[in-house]
Amino acid sequence: MKWNLHRKIKMQRLLYLAFLLPNLLGVLNFSLIPMVEVLIRSFQSAIGENWVGLQNYERVLHNPAFQIAFLNTLRFVSVCIPLLTVLSLGLAVFIQSIPHIGSFVRGIFLMPMAVPAASVVLVWKILFHDRGLINHALDCLGGNSIDWMGSGAAFWMMVMSYLWKNLGYTIVLWTAGLATIPDSIYEAAQVDGATSWQSFLYITMPNLRGTAFTITVMSLLNSFKVFREAWLVAGDYPHESMYLLQHLYNNWFRELDFDKIAAASVMTAAVIFLLIGVLRKAWDKEE
Amino acid sequence: MKKRIGIFPSVITALLTLILVIPVWIAVTGSFSAQWELEENLAPVFSNTQEMAAWSVLPAAPTLRSLVRVLLDSPGYFVMFWNSVKIALCILVGQLLLDVPAAWALARFPISGKKQIMSLYIILMLMPFQVLMFPQYLILQSWNLLDTIWAVILPSVFSTFPVFLLYRFFKAIPEELLEAARLDGAGELRIFFQIGVPIGIPGIASMCILSFLDAWNMIEQPMTYIKTKSLWPLSLFLPEIGMEEIGVGFAAALMMLVPALLLFMDCKEYLEQGIAMSGGKE
Repeated sequence: MKWNLHRKIKMQRLLYLAFLLPNLLGVLNFSLIPMVEVLIRSFQSAIGENWVGLQNYERVLHNPAFQIAFLNTLRFVSVCIPLLTVLSLGLAVFIQSIPHIGSFVRGIFLMPMAVPAASVVLVWKILFHDRGLINHALDCLGGNSIDWMGSGAAFWMMVMSYLWKNLGYTIVLWTAGLATIPDSIYEAAQVDGATSWQSFLYITMPNLRGTAFTITVMSLLNSFKVFREAWLVAGDYPHESMYLLQHLYNNWFRELDFDKIAAASVMTAAVIFLLIGVLRKAWDKEE
Repeated sequence: MKKRIGIFPSVITALLTLILVIPVWIAVTGSFSAQWELEENLAPVFSNTQEMAAWSVLPAAPTLRSLVRVLLDSPGYFVMFWNSVKIALCILVGQLLLDVPAAWALARFPISGKKQIMSLYIILMLMPFQVLMFPQYLILQSWNLLDTIWAVILPSVFSTFPVFLLYRFFKAIPEELLEAARLDGAGELRIFFQIGVPIGIPGIASMCILSFLDAWNMIEQPMTYIKTKSLWPLSLFLPEIGMEEIGVGFAAALMMLVPALLLFMDCKEYLEQGIAMSGGKE
């Protein structure tokens, strides 16, 4: 009997391991361990593997292409995230109040998420060409044509395709957050004579703090994916205003500049880590 | 609570939905337009004439010609289409086999250190490709997997987001249910297959659709890890189609768009559920 129990416990442990280990080993092997290797390499020279201290980091930080790419990425993030968050919150609140077709409208906003970037390249090219459809429309409205590909406006093209792609996703997240606020609070507030604007400010906003954190983190991560649109439309060497970190990494990769990539990867990871940490602190403090 | 619907937000929303749909509309109508119509409308875009590009809201002479050309006359296109299908399917199967049990173990088994493992998974989940590119390159190189389709499949199978998402869904199953089954003498394996998986179906479905869209859309990974063109997925092939073949370009793009859109329309609820779950409170 005792032996049996012992055997049963042992079997159970094996089962636990059989569930978890294949995945865990894969994750360690394909992500964590090579990340540690890159961390080590970032302090070595690519040839000879001797220790060079912070030299790689210094070279990356002094690299003008890195500075451009980093600033562009930073600028992109600081323009897009507030824009996306506010716009999608407004839309989420409004769509929720539409009877009957609300969920259909939300579906339309979500649709671009299912559209592969590559399958609308041609569309982007036609829309944003010098004599393309958007400029045609601007022309008809009496505005001036914009040089989308060859000027700083290229940056705004990325912003637009980012919003196009991510609005729906963010609206769904806000809607889920809104659904957790019980109707009874609003009803009580209404009885007390609160206007709908007051309800929004003092009930909706404070209750959505957790959702806001998630959305900020998600939008941050998705903003790194805008490289796809930039690359599909403008190739490896786009206008300077849409030159992103991924472009730079690809170029270094082609030139086998592995020590620079290693240092830059470590710094990117550190910045993301730090940003998320700061965001988390800010949100925790308010709660 | 009843709310009045304002005119101003209605107009804005209607306008935005219209703008949102336009690119998809152009993509679809373009595939059914004749090459001459496209050339006439878009001449300014690819031969730099002085007028402005135009677009017919509906094709003047709708035709299946471009689609037929893509389907019947371009063997290269088919190879890439199947590459995309292969990659997406292998990733899904791998995730179903490895990620679902792992998520269950992390959510339900009394394993020591699972909190730490979960934190690690979340941190890895937050790392963009820019960070993972070089580490994954190193491991793929040492395993001799570069320039094979496994170079894009394996890292995706072991991405941690699916585990995180499924963990959330599995965690939401009430413990009493499992306790009752245990009292009835069901083993842990049976509980997983007869309670966990069936109740977790919405979670598994949302994982599948999110992963499929991700795999179908992959660009950076194959671009970095696959050099041989015959192994490329569609997403790398499409940008190579020149403007002189714009009809074919549109048709080829449509073939890539359609599976994703059909899946989306079919599983919109699961997709929304999955997004909501990944963002919910812990």
